[in-house]
Amino acid sequence: MYKIVEKKVLNPTVIQLWIEAPLVANKAKPGQFIILRVDEDGERIPLTVAGVNKEKGTVKIIFQVVGGTTKKLSYKEAGEYIQDFVGPLGVATHLDGLRKVCIVGGGVGCAIAMPIAEALHAMGAHVTSIIGFRNKDLLILEDEFKACSDVLRVMTDDGSYGEHGNVTVPLKEMLEAGEKFDMIITIGPLIMMKFVVATAKPFGTPVTASMNPIMIDGTGMCGGCRLTLNVDGKKVTKFACVDGPDFNGYEIDFDEAMSRGRMYSDFERHAYENSCNLFKKEVQ
Amino acid sequence: MYGIPEFRLPKKIVAKEVDTLKKLGVKIETNVVIGKTLTIDELFEMGYEAVFIGSGAGLPNFMGIPGESLKGVYSANEFLTRSNLMKSYLQSPETPIMKGGKVAVVGGGNVAMDAARTALRLGAEKVYIVYRRSMEELPARREEVEHAEEEGIEFRLLCNPTEILGYNNPDDVRDPKNGFVTGMTCVRMELGEPDERGRRRPVVIPDSEFTIDVDTVIMSIGTSPNPLIKSTTEGLEVNRHGGIIVNEDGLTSRNAVYAGGDAVTGAATVISAMGAGKTAAKAIDEALSK
Repeated sequence: MYKIVEKKVLNPTVIQLWIEAPLVANKAKPGQFIILRVDEDGERIPLTVAGVNKEKGTVKIIFQVVGGTTKKLSYKEAGEYIQDFVGPLGVATHLDGLRKVCIVGGGVGCAIAMPIAEALHAMGAHVTSIIGFRNKDLLILEDEFKACSDVLRVMTDDGSYGEHGNVTVPLKEMLEAGEKFDMIITIGPLIMMKFVVATAKPFGTPVTASMNPIMIDGTGMCGGCRLTLNVDGKKVTKFACVDGPDFNGYEIDFDEAMSRGRMYSDFERHAYENSCNLFKKEVQ
Repeated sequence: MYGIPEFRLPKKIVAKEVDTLKKLGVKIETNVVIGKTLTIDELFEMGYEAVFIGSGAGLPNFMGIPGESLKGVYSANEFLTRSNLMKSYLQSPETPIMKGGKVAVVGGGNVAMDAARTALRLGAEKVYIVYRRSMEELPARREEVEHAEEEGIEFRLLCNPTEILGYNNPDDVRDPKNGFVTGMTCVRMELGEPDERGRRRPVVIPDSEFTIDVDTVIMSIGTSPNPLIKSTTEGLEVNRHGGIIVNEDGLTSRNAVYAGGDAVTGAATVISAMGAGKTAAKAIDEALSK
């Protein structure tokens, strides 16, 4: 069992937890993920590590309440326990040799982008961060990004905070102005990452995208997280859990990944509603 | 617990075996992925004097045909894991799985039989086993085949899939049915000359294409060993299939590191894995008693 030592509600649907897991804290690097199970019959869900505290042996996760399992996890309070917490899994983001990087994060993806920005900043790299949200209420981690970015642009889709527009607007503007990034690292909704790649393409800037497919096993056993890359005109199947989660943005078949991501959307909607109903009963 | 279905090896029996081990004084640490959470070398640093690797089979193989990424295509590993470990057979499971409908299992091994019979128990109205050779070459144990036949699973032998077909509404990209499996195109095969291992090679019969109407396809065509431990353990030698190389005692190329089961042989049975474990345990005991 793994203890929740701290809980913070970042916005109405996004929650941050610090979990006691010394072995994971000791090894985790930016870009890696963990798999957790809330209770014994629970679903296994992957979440990217949002930060570690080696001294305390704790790992930070940030998640959005989207389905039954995240709903259930959101009811857990500090001092309570979750059943399983295993990791760090996946390959850490390659940061070696990067001097000037643009981080493009969308929504809860910013939670994953943040430790990468922090690591780059600590390495002495020049960090430009573009973070986007649907609206002001969903904004998270602005101060944290400010602390580790040389340039920060905050975007909202409806203009209720920061600048009006999506993340590709300032990205395009900077690239057109002649900014040369060694790498663009993008983490967020698939559709956003697809358009980040499309925006960068005319300028030939390399793009790394962090993928978040449906996963069960997380150690390369089930193949559920597979995605298709187009490598030199050839289709290659890769597993996000062991080969990723980071991939060359230009090679990813985003349309296929989006379709696969919706495989269980009906089921999730029901699971979410059931979970809410159970909670209502408990409250009564 | 992971993939072996209840009807073949009840979880009760596994739990009893595990309990016996615990009573003998074995400590079981869960949530530790060797190669990630800790490495083999770190285990030695922590004071362990010998290590046995029994990490099982690894990455599932796919055929590399069009449509394998459609929704409703599973590897047998994923299908069996969802059903067994994650208990998607429950009335209101937390882990989803495609239930009911028509299911094609591609492959002829014991795992294929497990997947087919599990699909039936999950409520499939029709289950096919699609295998490219004939019944004679089918690698599953006879008993498994008989059970599958008794339960009404239809064997489509000398058949090989060439494409998995999916729903696509050209007028509405947001149609929720888009991208789900609707069928599988196969070709008929005949057996030609024997290959180097003496098995008759299946050859495509020209113009024999046909389509099976299915909504779930389960690929059960073997696995390749998981590279996780190999890639993080210096000096651990593997064969060209990725299986860990061991001697007759189960000793690997690394001092005091032993291995057995699917990680060595590739996907095989629980029985042979247990045998390998016992052999290595004896050798470890002898080595440490010196």
